[in-house]
Amino acid sequence: MKIELSDAQQGYKESFRHFADSYIVPYAQRHDAEERISEEVLDRLISAGYLGSMLPTSFGGMGLDMVTVGLLNEEIGRGCSAVRSLLTVHGMAALGILRFGTADMKAQWLPRMASGKAIGAFALSEPEAGSNAAGVKTTATRTAGGFLLNGCKRWITMGQIADLFILFAQLDGKPTAFLVEKANAEGLTVNKMNGFLGARGSMIAELQLNDVFVPESHLLGKEGIGVSHVALSCLDYGRYTVAWGCIGTAQASLEASLHFAKEREQFGQPIGSNQLIQKMITEMVVTVKSARLLCLQAGYLKDIGDPDSIMETWNAKYFASLAANQVSGHAVQIHGARGCHQDFPVERYFRDAKINEIIEGSSQMHEVMIANHALQAL
Amino acid sequence: MEENKVKIRKFLSRFFKKHELGDDEDIFALGFVNSLFAMQLIMFLEKEFELAVDPQDMDFANFKTINLLASFVEKKTVKV
Repeated sequence: MKIELSDAQQGYKESFRHFADSYIVPYAQRHDAEERISEEVLDRLISAGYLGSMLPTSFGGMGLDMVTVGLLNEEIGRGCSAVRSLLTVHGMAALGILRFGTADMKAQWLPRMASGKAIGAFALSEPEAGSNAAGVKTTATRTAGGFLLNGCKRWITMGQIADLFILFAQLDGKPTAFLVEKANAEGLTVNKMNGFLGARGSMIAELQLNDVFVPESHLLGKEGIGVSHVALSCLDYGRYTVAWGCIGTAQASLEASLHFAKEREQFGQPIGSNQLIQKMITEMVVTVKSARLLCLQAGYLKDIGDPDSIMETWNAKYFASLAANQVSGHAVQIHGARGCHQDFPVERYFRDAKINEIIEGSSQMHEVMIANHALQAL
Repeated sequence: MEENKVKIRKFLSRFFKKHELGDDEDIFALGFVNSLFAMQLIMFLEKEFELAVDPQDMDFANFKTINLLASFVEKKTVKV
């Protein structure tokens, strides 16, 4: 057994870290305050090709392996959780088309998504349908040449700026996925949602659909496999990248705490020489490393197409999201009063961490899945 | 065909530890599998038999018994 990054992966990690330090970290507080991602950051992401990080080179993507995609999401997440959210939902939409789309859909959308000319988002959640994804109430009814969509989607990350949604609706009582192009969706209203606890730059929206026509050719996959195949496949990628993003948040919390513990003096010595501070730092170091190992294993299994990658991704996301909460909580504690003020980024990490424990499956949904899987294996 | 059935049965045994699965038994009707099973099964088929499961193939009717799974693999891997 060998657990180490290849030279190429290590090189990518260093370039991702440099990118995050140069172009993400300086904007993160602004994203949080203004509740949006800045145009400059979006342009930088596009220039770097990161919106195509999950797509093959044949569609203009970077053709990265899944471990390297994870490293990118860790580093971007270390800089700003909201920017990492963009990579996540855009990737979910792009990979949904890659996996389930027709040749025409792929040709039309994937090069545009890889180049950032089109932003994708994932429209599943509704006011009354969260963890119970199959219970969506949005309907698709047949009409000449296509379908009419009616209903409401809520909590849609990047919904404010998305050009294309993978949207789920009941067709003949069966959950089905559709591509909805904002520019050609008369009857679609996008309402901004503000005031979130964390990941505040995620440009979340509510979508109101009132007789929105989508042509027959925009049915993604086939009728009835919207949740059982399309959504679960997209969410697997979402869960994987959120897990890596949590490591980024935890790593940022750790690094801030190490600097602070060495610089901050009380009773005539740096607080880092206090054994109770050292205990917290020890827990932070080991927790971050543990979460990263789980994510690396999930990524490796994805790269070799192993069916176990699915449950290992659940394990990784569960642990990494809890880790981000624990580590960012320690970071606030170590920073004392400073940790409670917006001038110090650990305050934001603490709020962002909580969001990541809820999205892409709450910790409690993970506990149900993981425990049942373990019980089944006996 | 029989060799493929052995591989399929071995994979399914992870989910049906205490149940001797018959070749024509409906694996979805037994209640042992969860919502992730379909994804895991498709990944197994694609990796083990080096085939592509297209969206149009994604019908539980294709996958509900060992015999149907083996037939599906046979159909998808037939050399033209």
